[in-house]
This record gives sequence, C-alpha cells and structure tokens, in this order.
Amino acid sequence: MTDAIVETHDLGRDFRVRDGLRRRTVVAVDRLSVAITPGEAVGYIGANGAGKSTTIKMLAGILVPTRGSITTCGLRPVPDRRRLAHELGVVFGQRSQLWWDLPVRESFRILAAIHTLTPAAERSRTDELVDRLELAEFLGTPVRQLSLGQRMRAEVAAALLHSPRLVVLDEPTIGLDVLSKQRLREFLVAERHTHGTTLLLTTHDMGDVERLCDRILLVDRGSLVFDGTLAGLSRTVGAERIMVVDLAAPVGDLVDVPETRHLGSEGSGMRQRLAFDPEATTAALVLAAVSERAEVLDLAIEEPDVEEVVRRVYAARR
Amino acid sequence: MADLVQRTAPYRAVLASRIRAQRSHRASFRLDLFGSLLVGLVELAEVWVVFSAVGSAGGIGGLDLSAIVLVFGLAELGYSLADLAFGHCDGLPIYLRSGTLDVFYLRPQPLLLQLVTSDISLRRLARASIGAVALVVGLTINDVTWSPSSVALLVLAAASGIATFAAMFVWAAGAQFYLIDGAEATNAFVYGGRYAATQPAAVWNRPLKAVFGFFFPMAFTAYLPVVTLLGLPGPEWMPGWLGWCAPLGALWAWVLALLTWRAGVRHYQGGGG
Repeated sequence: MTDAIVETHDLGRDFRVRDGLRRRTVVAVDRLSVAITPGEAVGYIGANGAGKSTTIKMLAGILVPTRGSITTCGLRPVPDRRRLAHELGVVFGQRSQLWWDLPVRESFRILAAIHTLTPAAERSRTDELVDRLELAEFLGTPVRQLSLGQRMRAEVAAALLHSPRLVVLDEPTIGLDVLSKQRLREFLVAERHTHGTTLLLTTHDMGDVERLCDRILLVDRGSLVFDGTLAGLSRTVGAERIMVVDLAAPVGDLVDVPETRHLGSEGSGMRQRLAFDPEATTAALVLAAVSERAEVLDLAIEEPDVEEVVRRVYAARR
Repeated sequence: MADLVQRTAPYRAVLASRIRAQRSHRASFRLDLFGSLLVGLVELAEVWVVFSAVGSAGGIGGLDLSAIVLVFGLAELGYSLADLAFGHCDGLPIYLRSGTLDVFYLRPQPLLLQLVTSDISLRRLARASIGAVALVVGLTINDVTWSPSSVALLVLAAASGIATFAAMFVWAAGAQFYLIDGAEATNAFVYGGRYAATQPAAVWNRPLKAVFGFFFPMAFTAYLPVVTLLGLPGPEWMPGWLGWCAPLGALWAWVLALLTWRAGVRHYQGGGG
C-alpha cells in the first residue's frame, strides 16, 4: 500500500501531564495502523478524548509522534510540513482560519496569496466555492458578523481554496441546523465527486457518517477497535432503530410483532416503542405488522447516534 | 528582485490587511496613538526629572542630562520600532489559546515568519516619534564631534538597537511555550530591559550588569554607543570602545531568541522536529 494518502504504522503518542506534584504519562494514541486510499471518505469516530484530535495533529505535522510512523500525502508531516501544506486542507470546528475583522472575500484573497495561487486559479476556485457553498450573499460581510452556519461554510471554503488532495474536517457540522448540515454534506459529496478529494472527518453526527463516509474508523482509548463500513459496524453492535408509534386507541403491549423488541408503552398503550434491526427487517414491514394489530395515527423512527453506537462498542469491550 | 517580490507576497498580503483594518477604525486608532504618545512622554519626563535633580552633582553614572536624553532617544526609537513590528509576538499564549498557531502549521510558510507578520501596531509610531525627537535634540545639545565614523556608529547603533529589541520579543515568544502565564515572567525582561536600556549601565551592580549588560544586551542598544560617541570613559567591564560592538550584541540577542524559539516549538510539538 505505498500509494496510500495517509498511512500510519504502530503510531503512538503520549502526553506527560502534571498530576499534583507527580507527573504521569497519558497514552492518547496507541499502535494505530491504518492506510487510507486516495478518494476514500473516512469517518473517524470515537468518544471525546479517544485520541481523534491528536491523530489529526500528527498527520498535519503539528504534533510529533512518540512511537511509530506516519506519512501524509507521501510526505513526513513534521519535516515536510511546508510542502504538505499545499496538499492538505484542515477544517478545525473550533479554530478559525479567517480574519475576524475582515470581509470573507478579503480572507480568501489573503489565503490565495498565502498558498501562492495564480490569479487565474484563485478566480476559478473562488468562484467555484462561492457558487457551491452559496457564499455570495455574505462575501462582503466581516467574519465576526456571520452566523455559525455561514461561518462554517466560509471556513470550509478557506480550507479548500488551494484545492488540497486530502481534506480533514474536525467536527464540521457541530452546532449547525438541519439545512446547513445538509448543504455542507452535499457540497462535500460534490467536491469529492468532481476532484477526487480524499475526506477524513471526525464527527458525533450519524447523519455525517451515513451520508458522507464509506468507511469508518472507530477508536477507543487511543486504539483502533473497528475498521469497516457502517453496515458492518451496525452488524457488530446491532445498531437497532427504534419505531415510535402513536395509536388511535389504547392497546396491550405489542410484544408479538416479528423481528422487533418491545421497549415500552406510554399512555396505557397509546404510544409504544419497538426496536428493530434494519438488517433483519424493514420499517415498512414493522409498520404493516403493527397496523394489523392497531390503528396507527403517527410514527417516528429514531436512529442510534454515533455516541450510542460508540457506547455499545465500548460496552462490549469492557 | 522579482523572486523576492513573489516570495514576500503572502506576508505582504497579511500585513496590508492589518494596516487597512487599523486605519478603518479611525477614532480608536487616534486614541491609541494618543495613549502611546502619552506613555512615551511620561517616560521621557521621568528621565528628565531624575537627571535635572542631580544635574549640579555631575550627573548619574557619568552621564549628565543632555547625554541621557541622547541615550533615551536612541533606546526609545529602537524599542518602539521593534515593538511596532514584533510586539505582538510576546502575546503568544493568545495565539495558542485561540488555535491560531495550529492554523499557521497548515500554511506553507515558516511559523516564526508567519507569527511576526501576522500583525503590526501602527500606534507605536507615536512613541517612535518621541524617540526620534529626543534623539535629534540629544545630538544637538551634546558636543558631538561629527565625522564619517561618528555617523557610522550612530547608524550601526540604531539598527542594532531595533534588532536587539526585536530579538527580545521573539525570545519572549519562544519562552512562553514553556511557561504557564509566561507573559508575566518574560515581561520582566522585555519591558524591564527597555527600561534598563534608557539608564546608564555604570550605576548597575554586577548581577544587573551581567543580565542587562551582556546576557540580554540592553546596554548595547543605547548607553554604550553614546559613551563611545561622546568619548566618555566606560564603567567597569565596559570600555569606551564597546559601543562599536552593538551589532555583536544584536547578533547574540538573535542567537538567543532563535534557540529559545526552536526549543519552544519543539516543546509544543512534543519531540525533536
């Protein structure tokens, strides 16, 4: 796998922290060996403190690994940082690349100069990003006056202005409303489709993983515990969906619906919750089976969020 | 030349935007200028008061009032010009906390150059003008023997002074990677150093001479060149010709600054780089 865009081998990173007067060593990342192929879209998930940000910092050349090796875009991140900067774009959900007191357009101009884009490349890329991320309406607005959704779109454009081959997004949709999330995901799908960009994102949002990623890396306490597809992950932990049905009249607990598990009833049976495995049955079949037994007025389907999946994986390991 | 223009384009783009931003808030910029002017005047007044009070007793540390005005002017000019271009570097903890430093890592320029060119404080021009005026007045009221070599000494001293103070800010930035609330500790040397630079080193005790005379070469920014320029006898450890060594002082200050910066960055990344 020499053509991998990110390749780590037994990667590890420790931090020495002061604990009162003593110093102790915290292992943030341990024996991480993965290879990401160009063009892949990878979701990097795990609980807070599982080592996601540390890994991203190591692949960007910000942190030096304690053990093992890492190559990003065929380069060694720390010694080749300045060359790597041309190939890599990072969106940090919590840190801004933009100048807060300048209009968005001005920030893009400065970034184009920083990445030494030719005037032609700057124009065509800016136009493309403004169009796809719908930035036109606030291009002249100072960054400090943008809404969170607007700012995040501007941040993504800023990180992608130099057309990097590898884009790392750290919690890109955190705090965004449904519409903004949707727009951002559509943009990332299109960007990948047009330019073959490799995506690596950390997220707590199952929607991000489902709509963007074809591969999932799950880390627990610094170690890789799952590497595969979302369907595979669901199979491993039984990512059950939950159907909530509101019924026209109170009925007894619906415990006999095939391939489901009755979780509970409210209002003397007016609202009931059924868990089912999407691998074993479908929402339509469950609904049909429920309708045979009672009149359904309304329904909702709850999907497990990333935290829930992660919790189940972690629980199974402990 | 064209190559240089191209290679400095990223830095010029950032600096130009900073200058535009400062000038767009005119009222606050004028207020900043005024405040900066006031601080400079107060500091000049302090020197004035102290030295005129002892004027009749033959001055302090071999310098009379007119000589100290020259020292003050040279030090103040060098310090405020360095502060204008490098002063924000010792606010490194702010850059660390806001994540701006991590953002620098994603750009294809050296970190330190990005830090230095990330901001500029035009309001320091007010203090620089006080320094310039004091310098001109000092040169007029002192009995300076003008010759090509005295002009050379003055130019050398001014340039070295700016470079030395700039190095102090870079040193402070490097040290702040290690120190929690590091600004407090480094301020003692950066601002204490500026203060020391406007004083005659002859009155310092030996530890002070070691620290601000040589380790942080503050005496080389103004006092020693003035001693040489006016042909005065130097104090202990500092012969009269030492003013010619101002560039060496600046060179040493930069060696110290860059070593500290490199060690600081390695500490931040947690390993050899």
